Amino acid sequence: MNALRGLLRKEGYHILRDRRTLMVLILMPIVQVVLFGYSIRTDVTDVRLAIVDPAPDPVTLALRGRLAATNLFRTVAVLPRASELEPLFKRDAAQVAVVFEPRLGERLARGLPARVQVISDATEPNTGVARQSYVAAVIEAWDRERRAAEGGRGGGIQIVPDSRMRFNPTRESSNLFVPGLMAMVLTIIASMMTALSLTREKETGTMEGLLVSPLRPWQIVIGKVAPYLAIGFIGVIAVLAEARLIFHVPVRGSLALLLGEGLLYILVSLALGIVISARTSSQRVAMMAALVGTMLPTVLLSGFIFPIESMPWPLRWLANIVPAKWFVAIARGIMLEGTGIAYLWPETLVLMVMALVLLAVSARSFNVRLE
Amino acid sequence: MNESLAIRARELTRTFGAFTAVDHITFDVRAGEVFGFLGANGAGKTTAIRMLTGLLAPSGGEAVVAGHDIRTESEAVKRDIGYMSQRFSLYDDLTVRENIQLYGGIYDLPPAEIRARMRRMLDRLGLQRSESALVRSLPLGWKQKLAFSVALLHEPRIVFLDEPTGGVDPITRRQFWELIYEAAHAGTTVFVTTHYMDEAEYCDRISIMVAGRIGALGTPHELKAQFGAASLDDVFVRLARPERAAGAAGAPGEPLAPRGATP
Repeated sequence: MNALRGLLRKEGYHILRDRRTLMVLILMPIVQVVLFGYSIRTDVTDVRLAIVDPAPDPVTLALRGRLAATNLFRTVAVLPRASELEPLFKRDAAQVAVVFEPRLGERLARGLPARVQVISDATEPNTGVARQSYVAAVIEAWDRERRAAEGGRGGGIQIVPDSRMRFNPTRESSNLFVPGLMAMVLTIIASMMTALSLTREKETGTMEGLLVSPLRPWQIVIGKVAPYLAIGFIGVIAVLAEARLIFHVPVRGSLALLLGEGLLYILVSLALGIVISARTSSQRVAMMAALVGTMLPTVLLSGFIFPIESMPWPLRWLANIVPAKWFVAIARGIMLEGTGIAYLWPETLVLMVMALVLLAVSARSFNVRLE
Repeated sequence: MNESLAIRARELTRTFGAFTAVDHITFDVRAGEVFGFLGANGAGKTTAIRMLTGLLAPSGGEAVVAGHDIRTESEAVKRDIGYMSQRFSLYDDLTVRENIQLYGGIYDLPPAEIRARMRRMLDRLGLQRSESALVRSLPLGWKQKLAFSVALLHEPRIVFLDEPTGGVDPITRRQFWELIYEAAHAGTTVFVTTHYMDEAEYCDRISIMVAGRIGALGTPHELKAQFGAASLDDVFVRLARPERAAGAAGAPGEPLAPRGATP
C-alpha cells in the first residue's frame, strides 16, 4: 500500500509540474462548452415565416395576425398551396412554415379536429426545433384564449400542430451537445493522457525501473491511471456545471446515475488508453493512435455531431463498437429525457462488457513484458 | 544451492520466433564480484539481462539469481536485485528527494529508514544541497551516480547495470567506477554491461557474448593471455568481428589471412 501511495503521489507530481498540459486539461472542457454552446445556438429571432392558407377565413386571419404580432417572425410569403413551399425552403427564403387546413374555421366551429401543420427547416436541428416550438406556442396560446372566450362552447377542440422536420428527418439524434462533449473530454483525458503517460515512461526508460521492481503489474497500472480517472471525473462535473449555469442544460434524470455511467465510460477509455500504450513505444505514435483510434470515432460516430441514423449501414454498424455512442445515448437519456436505469440497462450492459473485455486485454498486454 | 554464487545460469535460452537471441548460455557469477557482461550490439546482452531480472521469461534453460529460480520465483528475485539502465531510471520532473522516496516506497522501506538512507547517500555523493533540485537540472554524471545509488537504496544482493556510463566524460566514468567498487566491497555483486574496454579492465571477470553465445569468459588477464592479445580491445574485436581482426591484429604464431582475402 505504501508503494502504491508513492506511485500515486509521483504521478500527481508529473501532472502538477507539467503546467501546460494541466492547463489544457482543465481549460479544454470549460472552453469547449462555451464554443459548442454558442456555435449551436438555439435562440429564435427574426424567423422567416411562410404561411400556406388555401382558404382564408376569420380563424386563419386571426392566427396570421397573432403570429405577425409577436415580432419573432417575419412573414415572407402567403401561399395557396403547400407544394409551393419547397422552393422557398431550398432558397432559404423561409425557415419555418405554417400550413392551415382548408376550412379551418368551419371545422373548429363544428367541433372537428382542426389541424395546423408546422414545418421547419432542420438543417440546423436545434434551431429548427426551437423555431417550431415557438410557432406552436403562439398558436396554442391563441387557441387557449379562444376557448376561454367561448366559455366551453366547442370545448375539447384543439389545434394539433402536426410538426414535420424537413431536410433532416432524423431529428431523433439532433445534437444536444453536452452529452457528446462529455464523451469527448473523457476520451481525451482518459484514453489519450493515459496512453501518453504510459508511453512516456517507456520512452524515458523509467518503465523498466518499475517493471524490475517488486511492484505488481496491477499496482503500476493503478498508479498510472487513477490520477487520470480523478481528472476525468472533475472534467465531467465541470462540463455539467458550466452547461447548467450558462446554457441551462438540465439533468432531468438522476445525477448519481449519470456520474456512475460517466465513471463506467472513463473505465472503458482508460483501458483503451492502456491497450494503445501497450502497442506503441513512442509518445508520438501513441498520440496518433489515440487521435485516430478514439478521438475521431468519438467525434464522428457517436452521434454527437452527425446523426447515426442518417449514416450508410457500414458506418452505422461501425458506430456500435464506438463506446462513445453508447455513452452519448445514455447521457442523452438521463439528461434530456429523464430516463432511468430501467430503460438504459441495455446500453449500460454494452459499456460494462466493453469495460470488462478491454480491461482484460489491457491487463494481458501489460503482462506481456517489454520486448 | 551454492551460497557463494550470485547468479547461476545453465543453458539459458530465449528465442523470438525463428530468431535465437540468447543461445544456451551457461555461466556463474560469484557473490561480491564485479562481473563484466560484454558483447557487440545485438549479441544478446540485453535479452540475457532481461531474463535475469525477471522482465522476460526464458524459452529454455534455467537460472538462479540471488538464490531464487527466475522461472518460479521472479517476485523474490525482484526484491533482491537492483537495476539501472543506460537511460537511468530516475524521473526528470521529480526532485532528488522525491525520486529517493518513490523508490524507497516501491521497495517497502519504512519512511524513517528511507530518510536515514537518503541522508547517508546524499552525504556520500556530496548532493546534500541538491535535495530539492529537480533531477532534470543535474549534470548527466551526477544523475548517473544518483541513479546508481538509488538502485542500491534497498540494499540488493545483486545490482544490474546496463551500460551505466553512456555519454559521460572519462573522469566522471572513473568516479562512477569508484562507486561500483565501493558497492562491491560492501558485498554487493555487480553485473555490468559496457562498451568501454577500459571499464572492462576494471572488472574481476568478464564474459563476451557473440551471436547469442558466450564466446569467452575469464579474468581480463586470462582472456588476453588466451587470445594472445595486447588489450581487451583486441580480444573483443577478434571475437566479435573475427574476419576483420584476422588481418588487423593477428598474434604471432597464428596464420595471417592472405591480404587479398580481406575486403
